[in-house]
Amino acid sequence: MSGATWLGMPAFPEAARTALADEQLQANLRTATTTIRAKREAVVAERADWEHLRAAGAAIKDRTLRHLDRYLLRFEEQATAAGAVVHWARDAAEANRIVVDLVRAADADEVIKVKSMVTQEIDLNAALAAAGITAYETDLAELIVQLGDDLPSHILVPAIHRNRSQIRDIFRREMPDAPDDLTDDPAALAAAARRHLRRKFLTARVAVSGANFAVAESGALVVVESEGNGRMCLTLPEVLISVVGIEKLVPTWADLEVMLQLLPRSSTGERMNPYTSTWRGVHPGDGPREVHVVLLDNGRTDVLADDVGRQALRCIRCSACLNVCPVYERTGGHAYGSPYPGPIGAILTPQLRGMRDDPVAASLPYASTLCGACYEACPVRIDIPAALVHLRARAVDATRGPLSPERTVMRAAAWTLAGPRRLAAAQRLAALAGALLGRRGRIGRLPGPLAAWTRTRDTPVPPGQSFRTWWRRNRRGTAE
Amino acid sequence: MNARDEILGRVRGALAAAPDAEVEVPRRYARTADGVDVVRLFAERVGDYRATVRIVAPEALAPVVAAELRDAAVGTLAVPPDLPHEWLIETGVEVRADSPVLSVNELDGCDGVLTGCAVAIAETGTIVLDGGPTQGRRALTLVPDVHICVVPASVVVGTVPEAITRLDGTRPLTWVSGPSATSDIELNRIEGVHGPRRLVVIVVDRQTG
Repeated sequence: MSGATWLGMPAFPEAARTALADEQLQANLRTATTTIRAKREAVVAERADWEHLRAAGAAIKDRTLRHLDRYLLRFEEQATAAGAVVHWARDAAEANRIVVDLVRAADADEVIKVKSMVTQEIDLNAALAAAGITAYETDLAELIVQLGDDLPSHILVPAIHRNRSQIRDIFRREMPDAPDDLTDDPAALAAAARRHLRRKFLTARVAVSGANFAVAESGALVVVESEGNGRMCLTLPEVLISVVGIEKLVPTWADLEVMLQLLPRSSTGERMNPYTSTWRGVHPGDGPREVHVVLLDNGRTDVLADDVGRQALRCIRCSACLNVCPVYERTGGHAYGSPYPGPIGAILTPQLRGMRDDPVAASLPYASTLCGACYEACPVRIDIPAALVHLRARAVDATRGPLSPERTVMRAAAWTLAGPRRLAAAQRLAALAGALLGRRGRIGRLPGPLAAWTRTRDTPVPPGQSFRTWWRRNRRGTAE
Repeated sequence: MNARDEILGRVRGALAAAPDAEVEVPRRYARTADGVDVVRLFAERVGDYRATVRIVAPEALAPVVAAELRDAAVGTLAVPPDLPHEWLIETGVEVRADSPVLSVNELDGCDGVLTGCAVAIAETGTIVLDGGPTQGRRALTLVPDVHICVVPASVVVGTVPEAITRLDGTRPLTWVSGPSATSDIELNRIEGVHGPRRLVVIVVDRQTG
């Protein structure tokens, strides 16, 4: 089980070419992202205070990150007082070793799992398999991916690249107890998954989860889900092991009043997801008797050290940025070469893994048109385009030495895009330069160090006036 | 150095150059749902999840519970040990109180479960159970396939912030918004996966006659 791996994936441009040639993939992605965009827009539109919620969500995460050491210690103290055992893991190998040891100590050879991005990131299932422990994914989409020996391609819906008839085929082929006459009716597919996992839920002794939020002041963890597989894993087994990235903290219980509004509306486009569970250590007579929390770094402190890139740690894994991204909609998630696809993956993966010896990671900051739709959709206001431009400069640093003109241009672009007044000035300059350099609407070859850029592409001449200038001249005073 | 000290050291190193001031959280979002009949809104929003919703006067509760049990074909009903007797009158179902504690298999043998709740949120159509009176432990409302939840109008609040204020974040909480569902097939919501596939919410409101 779980033979599929991200190792050896090609860099984004090559992987994207393969995806673009797959018409079925294109159709599946178009259907799914169109559906979810409409749902999200409807539930966001009914909140007049949405922008206030976004601002609060961003500030809560920034507040946490600014004193992350303090909140981690507070969480540890509170969770421990409530009967949890808190472990710390510097990297994936250490986290996997801790989980394997805990499962062995419980004398179990199988675990049931709640969908968790972080256990994808550390490739926990492979580590468990190597130790002779079988991991059963219980989220429907994770189950589809696992049975199909496939890789996840979306944060929320890892099997988004499969349509209903492909899912039926996987179930018929790989699920021993699937009915012979299984149709591709989604309700029938969900019922087959229910039957398939029911015994596992009722008999498993160890469960592994992630967490959507960890509350520093109380030591509580929060898991947000839909199917009830999360509740099964969090409630029925004797031992619960939760792997939690250190950025998942929020300072206070009250902060959840913001996060639990932002996440479901951004994620599944619902006013609220079907089930949210919160627990704090061991609750005698209710749920697991042994509760472990593994706090994971695995590159997060490197992200934290970058004053532009660190905003990626605000991410609450809603996947709204994937669903609105024109690049993701066409390439799908596999092209991003990591469990974190789409715009957020393009800024998170290069920072978590580093770009120096990782051509996939170094290619990701370019996997974007910088259209800005992701920033608009992000519930915690991560300025993904600005981070992408910043990381392009770092990618060039990491791979090409210090004096590249591209690095200089990207740095300048990052500085320019960071302020509206600078941008306006730059647009005025560009309009002038365009008038000097352009012929028939195109700028052809440029001289000197910029020749490498223009050798393979024409650049459209900037318009005579920017939209901002046009707006000021034509509309100011009527619409503001 | 152990992992804990090393990670904390890395965090402090990463933040060494960051400005020292606390980040203030602007909380200009709505805290209350003003000018709204929260009980009606709650019922409407629960209905949007394709759950069954009834609003009843206190004296009509027992007959409505009995009717819903019949309608869902519940033969065996799990209940928390402290469920008020007056909620269940002449139902004809076999009632199993969770005391002594029912095994997982015994719970699996129950067709339904009847509980109260701690808080209900109008805007999102959510019920929240905190393991307090009339609710029982978490597994009780998870394993049986039909969950009938009695919601006194007094626990219905307008918004998520109001619910967070009322709830105790140190208790084991379960927030329920409609029956078990999934969006995993083509990103469309389908009801009915691992949790209860049928959710019946009965709001008890003195204003209803």
